[in-house]
Amino acid sequence: MKVTAATFTNLSPEWILLGVVTLLMLIVAFSKDKKQYLAVTVAAIALGFSAMCAFYHMNETNQVMFMGQYLITPLTSFLKFLTCLLMLAGLLYGRDFITSRNMQPGEYAILILFSTLGMLALISSNSLIVFYVALELLSLPLYAMVAMERNSGRASEAAMKYFVMGALASGFILYGISMLYGATGSLNLNEIAQQLQTTAVSHRVIFIFGAVFVVAGLAFKLGVAPFHMWAPDVYHGAPNPVAAIIASGPKVAAFAFFLRFLLDGHNGLVHQWHDLLIVMSVLSIVLGNVIAVVQTNVKRMLAYSSIAHMGFVFLALLADNPIGYRAAMFYVVTYVVMSMGAFALLTLVSKAGAEAETLNDLKGLNERNPWLALMMLLLMFSMAGVPPTVGFFAKLGVLNALVHANMTTLAVVAVLFAVVGAYYYLRVIRTMYFESASNHKPICLNWDERALISINGLMVLYLGIFPAGLMSLCQQFVG
Amino acid sequence: MIQQVIFYLFAALLIFSGVRVVASRNPVHSALFLVLAFVAAAPLWIMAGAEFLGLVLVFVYVGAVMTLFLFVVMMLNLDEVPRSKGFVRYLPFGLIIVGLIVTLMLNVIDPSHFSLHVNAGMIVPQHHSNTKELGLMLFTQYLLPFELAGALLIVAIISAIGLAFRGPRARKVQDPSAQIAVKRNERVRLVNMEAEKKS
Amino acid sequence: MLDPILQLLWIVIKILIIVLPLLGVVAYYTLAERKVIGFIQLRVGPNRVGFKGLFQPIADGLKLLTKELIFPTKSNKYLFVIAPVMAIAPSLAAWAVVPFSPHLVLSNVNAGLLYVLAMTSLGIYGVLFAGWASNSKYAIYGALRSAAQMVSYEIAMGFSLIGVLLAANSTNLSDIVMRQSGGIWHWYFIPLFPLFLVYWISAVAETNRAPFDVAEGESEIVAGFHVEYSGIMFGVFFLAEYANMLLLSILVATLFMGGWLSPFQGIPVLGALFSFVPGILWLFLKAGFFAFVYLWIRATFPRYRYDQIMRLGWKVLIPVTIVWLVVASFGVHFHIGPWFS
Repeated sequence: MKVTAATFTNLSPEWILLGVVTLLMLIVAFSKDKKQYLAVTVAAIALGFSAMCAFYHMNETNQVMFMGQYLITPLTSFLKFLTCLLMLAGLLYGRDFITSRNMQPGEYAILILFSTLGMLALISSNSLIVFYVALELLSLPLYAMVAMERNSGRASEAAMKYFVMGALASGFILYGISMLYGATGSLNLNEIAQQLQTTAVSHRVIFIFGAVFVVAGLAFKLGVAPFHMWAPDVYHGAPNPVAAIIASGPKVAAFAFFLRFLLDGHNGLVHQWHDLLIVMSVLSIVLGNVIAVVQTNVKRMLAYSSIAHMGFVFLALLADNPIGYRAAMFYVVTYVVMSMGAFALLTLVSKAGAEAETLNDLKGLNERNPWLALMMLLLMFSMAGVPPTVGFFAKLGVLNALVHANMTTLAVVAVLFAVVGAYYYLRVIRTMYFESASNHKPICLNWDERALISINGLMVLYLGIFPAGLMSLCQQFVG
Repeated sequence: MIQQVIFYLFAALLIFSGVRVVASRNPVHSALFLVLAFVAAAPLWIMAGAEFLGLVLVFVYVGAVMTLFLFVVMMLNLDEVPRSKGFVRYLPFGLIIVGLIVTLMLNVIDPSHFSLHVNAGMIVPQHHSNTKELGLMLFTQYLLPFELAGALLIVAIISAIGLAFRGPRARKVQDPSAQIAVKRNERVRLVNMEAEKKS
Repeated sequence: MLDPILQLLWIVIKILIIVLPLLGVVAYYTLAERKVIGFIQLRVGPNRVGFKGLFQPIADGLKLLTKELIFPTKSNKYLFVIAPVMAIAPSLAAWAVVPFSPHLVLSNVNAGLLYVLAMTSLGIYGVLFAGWASNSKYAIYGALRSAAQMVSYEIAMGFSLIGVLLAANSTNLSDIVMRQSGGIWHWYFIPLFPLFLVYWISAVAETNRAPFDVAEGESEIVAGFHVEYSGIMFGVFFLAEYANMLLLSILVATLFMGGWLSPFQGIPVLGALFSFVPGILWLFLKAGFFAFVYLWIRATFPRYRYDQIMRLGWKVLIPVTIVWLVVASFGVHFHIGPWFS
């Protein structure tokens, strides 16, 4: 393996992050600034540059690097671009929140960069060992970030749960990987797929066992039922911006690997997982939507809703046809934008001092800041799947794929529970608009926060009105 | 012959200490048996030709990691853990899971399932250095995961320090270099006073 | 059937050939310490037993053997007894790979350097066991101090050994010595001087010797981890400490000072003049010098405060080693000097 100039250009998003984060550690260590403005700015610029590099790689051909362990395709470049932007948003949204609550913004920025690095590596990984290491690199900073609010018992509890659950999931994944390696003698996904075509049926048993373990571990990370138990507590206990990050970036990365593991690697093996995926997705949709209805805490509600949304993604994968993959990707991309927006909004609302978590805190948001309320309205509509917003097209795509694959029953179940889901999203809107506020203090935002949340919210509307662009991108990448 | 005796000796020790790790009521004993388990596992690896891994197991896990483990456990001064409640209640679930895993392992461990034929023809040369081979692999084929693992380790350090460090505390610490560098003029002031006159 | 047993016996005999003289040397090293420190402090030192006190170690040994072994109440008997054994066993076991001369080495294994590292890192368990099993607060303080200190200095020690490994391109101790042949200017203490210093400082710290002897720290925690020990069990701890010092002295000589190689090698006249001296003698001379430095240091420096020890380990030694590793790898890459060829 020769390291050439091409290695550096192809890996530029990763290099930039790794290089800047080393610099950042020095800046944070030596800077006396309590708010660490310099560090946060440098981190933001790095993320922006990374996103830009990934964006330029989107038009290039496929690259296989590190002896087939690392893949760079237009799909991965797009997902990297998206991830970097999401993390950038998470960093900027959280900046004031973190400082105002006596957490360390320097560490926050560093951990975000490291986590992003893990996500990028996970998106591109084509070998189980890179996958595992990247997954850990993604998760470890998140555990620490959840616990950043050190004086809060709830945050510590959440971090502990997250950590223990994450460790368990890692154990699952490693166990599964060892079986896969035993069955096929390789860690490279393509080689595993090749081996699988030629090996006897009895070896497939181990392979399937191993793969089930890996899928279960990934499902932990994605927060899909029945591996979702950590999600509500963690989302609830984590500081709001951290919750926003957990709900967005890792999902993209885990989804990317999921796609490669289940589809790219083992062409036509999806029918083997069929039953597993059905159970997971239906359980997620049912549990997520039903339990979310009774939540009074918006963060918990969003956690359950994320479980339900992930169920939808799995449904789309189930369809096992190009329409399904396209729909799954479209769904993930739009979902992470929505959930980032929703959590970010909670962050901005709670910036004014009091925590904004429960429905009560959102009462009369319209009076306090009509523009924020409007953005929340858009995001909630989109999550519920109301037509002019992008959520509608996402759900429509999934249903379309299911119908195409002759899984009408599943489609009906999905629609039914989506309607249940609409109830609690709309309840948030009612609380914001039709209930009077207990706290009349208006919410003031910085210009950058205002711009970000506006972009975030209007994006949902824009993509809803002109979904064709993203659609065709998805088609180009996975179709 | 001797090799086999050694192997079974250490394998038995490994299993014994593994069981005691779980079964001991006293956390310190558990930790100590874990140490013993590592020490017993190292020769097995060395006998399998992986001397680097075996020795690293000893000096990283036994020499450093477990030391800190013991350090913490001893500091906590935990007494014997009381007999856990609800043992009978959870027994069925436990048995089911054990049954599942045992079936699974029986399925998996069968040598025919592993692609042993791939490595069957490998002949290890006389002065084969496992350390060198591992190094070559790590820095060529597995360079990327290796670097990522490096990033992972530093994340662990940053997280741990970030969570535990609560700002510098004001300490009454002398600075030896400042003490040595002190000049006479900084400490002693000579005052020229006139002698008091008797009134 | 008989063959493997004979083989085993032969190995045991070889081990005894190394260990028995070693224990003798250790015993007399204790005497040397008292004499040397006495000399430095302008005292006479022990001079009553035998000619100029030469039988002092034997008298001490007999005294310790006949003393009562006291077990503290509520102590953990097994660990209490195992602890001294754990202290001395690794320091004796590590001698297995020490090359005394080109052909005189018990086990010429490839990963000798790693084996040595592993063995020296095991030494801490004796201290930890003793501290915990004694059920005494001074003992546990000593054990905890020692644990933290050893773990910290082990890192610096390991890193400095990596420098040697880089230069020698081998983990076999005989190979490492052979790479240094060609004259005193080929020895690794020259190109790796900072690592040599770091290794030596960590060696002093690893053996819990002054000025890093906070694990014992008489003035603070009585006698630290072995406060509850008496009789020969204390004696074994004592022996373990000195055996460890000798081991590290010989390792420094092997790794940085050319092991059994003659310092006059490559010098026109002197080289030929001294070529009759066996390599083992040179090794012992070099090791003896470092063993003397141990005593010299003890007689010279006051004890470090605990936080100073930690600061030195983490903030000075480790960064120095890392920086010098980078320098050394440049040296290897560009084949600088006679060292990195």
